[in-house]
Amino acid sequence: MEDKVILEAKNLKKYYRRGSEIVKALNGVDFKIKEGEIVSIVGPSGSGKTTLMNLIGCLDRATSGSLKIGSINITSLDEVDLVKIRRGNIGFVFQRFYLIPTLTVRENLELPLIFAKKKIIAKEILDILKEVRLEDKAEIPVKYLSGGDKQRTGIARALVNNPKILIADEPTGRLEARVGMQILELFLRLSKKGLAVFIATHDLELAQATQRIIHLQDGRIITKEKSDLYY
Amino acid sequence: MKFFILAYKNLRRRKFRSFLTIGGVAVAVAVLVSLLGFNAGYQEALTSDVDKMGYHVVVTAKGCPYEAATMILNGEAGLRFIDEDIYKQITGDSGIDKITPFLASLAYDPQKMDGKGGFTNFLGIEKSYLQLKPDAEFLAGEWFSGDDVNEVILGYDAAESEQKSVGDKIFIPGKDIAFTIVGVFKRTATQEDGVIFLPLKTAQKIFDAEGKLTGIGIKLKQIEKISEFEERLYPIASIQVISMSQVKGTILNLVNSAKILIMSVAFIAIFVAIIGVVNTILMSVFERTQEIGIMKAIGASKFDIFRLIWIETFIVCTLGGILGSIIAILGGNLVELLVRKVMPYAPGGKLLLITPDLLAYSFLGVIIVGIISGLLPALKAASMRPIEVIRSGE
Repeated sequence: MEDKVILEAKNLKKYYRRGSEIVKALNGVDFKIKEGEIVSIVGPSGSGKTTLMNLIGCLDRATSGSLKIGSINITSLDEVDLVKIRRGNIGFVFQRFYLIPTLTVRENLELPLIFAKKKIIAKEILDILKEVRLEDKAEIPVKYLSGGDKQRTGIARALVNNPKILIADEPTGRLEARVGMQILELFLRLSKKGLAVFIATHDLELAQATQRIIHLQDGRIITKEKSDLYY
Repeated sequence: MKFFILAYKNLRRRKFRSFLTIGGVAVAVAVLVSLLGFNAGYQEALTSDVDKMGYHVVVTAKGCPYEAATMILNGEAGLRFIDEDIYKQITGDSGIDKITPFLASLAYDPQKMDGKGGFTNFLGIEKSYLQLKPDAEFLAGEWFSGDDVNEVILGYDAAESEQKSVGDKIFIPGKDIAFTIVGVFKRTATQEDGVIFLPLKTAQKIFDAEGKLTGIGIKLKQIEKISEFEERLYPIASIQVISMSQVKGTILNLVNSAKILIMSVAFIAIFVAIIGVVNTILMSVFERTQEIGIMKAIGASKFDIFRLIWIETFIVCTLGGILGSIIAILGGNLVELLVRKVMPYAPGGKLLLITPDLLAYSFLGVIIVGIISGLLPALKAASMRPIEVIRSGE
């Protein structure tokens, strides 16, 4: 597969005001992520991980610099266009799963399609459920699922819009080590199919298993080498 | 449609709270529908009662004209007497089209209401009474055979409650005389349905009021010349002339004053219901901040979130509106019973007129209220910033 850059940040900055103080959440970040690459982002609390995820996920706009998804510089887009980019390119996976408990697995998967005004095709939903090995639990309300199955549902939901980038925020944080490994294997399998996976984590074992680590501190990338990782 | 299902499922997650909120809206709607129904019904029933009376004016002994009018409308006794000579004196007045004298009286019947006891209204009348009462038609039987015979004609309800028909005998409580029922009037949907009618002379004899009347009902040739008619009667010191249209206006004014107060209560109920709806939806928005953040993260636009929360409010108000309308329709009889107990004068016929139009307007009003009260929670939800709210719970 040709190494095509799917995500590129250049001198990316995000400042915001907290009272009279200016907080430099991201203070000039540069990186590139290619299709099929699986990258982890690590750093202490307040280092800028959330802000970076916000920007990549098209949930917020940068103060300056550029952030490209494919060939589109999203820093200059308005709210409406950001929603469109998010629907077509980004999938989110969360530590606490954040599924709608009263809905079934299938209904949770249909939500992004409803918001994107896309046609719901049962076979496509089933294919994704097969991918995450939940095909026999499609009609079960998610509140009855185990933690691992909830996270699989969360990943399936993130995949349903056929995104190019998967953003996972502490995806194994609430799972047993064995289940966490299964989720990681799932990410690796998805990345081999061309999906760029971007994992924010404190779990060093998980970070070590990814192809590359971006280490953030005080809004800057301080190292990109796995061997330099000290916590 | 998917948004409706999603909103509905969200409401089902907090069943009890949603039910209470819907109940609050329902009570407000039921109160509003009942009051508006009462507004229309009472006016119509009173107009019908007064019109069916057939009189333009009633001449009675001096006293409170409205008390007297209410008593006459109710078919009650208790009126002071006027001399029968006055009837003879004014009969020849050029302004009069039709005229009839009457004597109203009450008798306590210990057997009434299944032995609990109650009063029966009696009205002594002459044949001229029928000319003033176009609705007084015979269901069975006919007019009295003479002017002072011991015969009675029963109003429709009186016949029903006494379980008597033409040919049967009836006793007036305390009077040891048997009266033959010679006729039963058709239902007129006025208070007179409950009255027992006697020939005027018989009534005067039985109730120890010979040569006396309690009133004279008059239909004028020209209603607009009522004040001239009053002036002509002014020299007769012991009487007063009561115009029925004035009575109707005064009763309606009294009812309107009470209505303003009741409507204020209804609007407070609606206001409280709105606050309840806004509070419930706002609470559920704040409880679901993370979920709303997730929805945005998985592709929902601000408008999608706004729409979802707004639909929830809409569903609450719509279900409340439907439930409230059902309560108003089913509980209408109960409200009517209560109103009849507290009102100084309640006309016959239906007091609560709940029409499809009234229901449609009330329902529309609730929907508009729902639309407005959904705005704040929906705007709050739509303006939430996704990742912050997601991470705030971690």
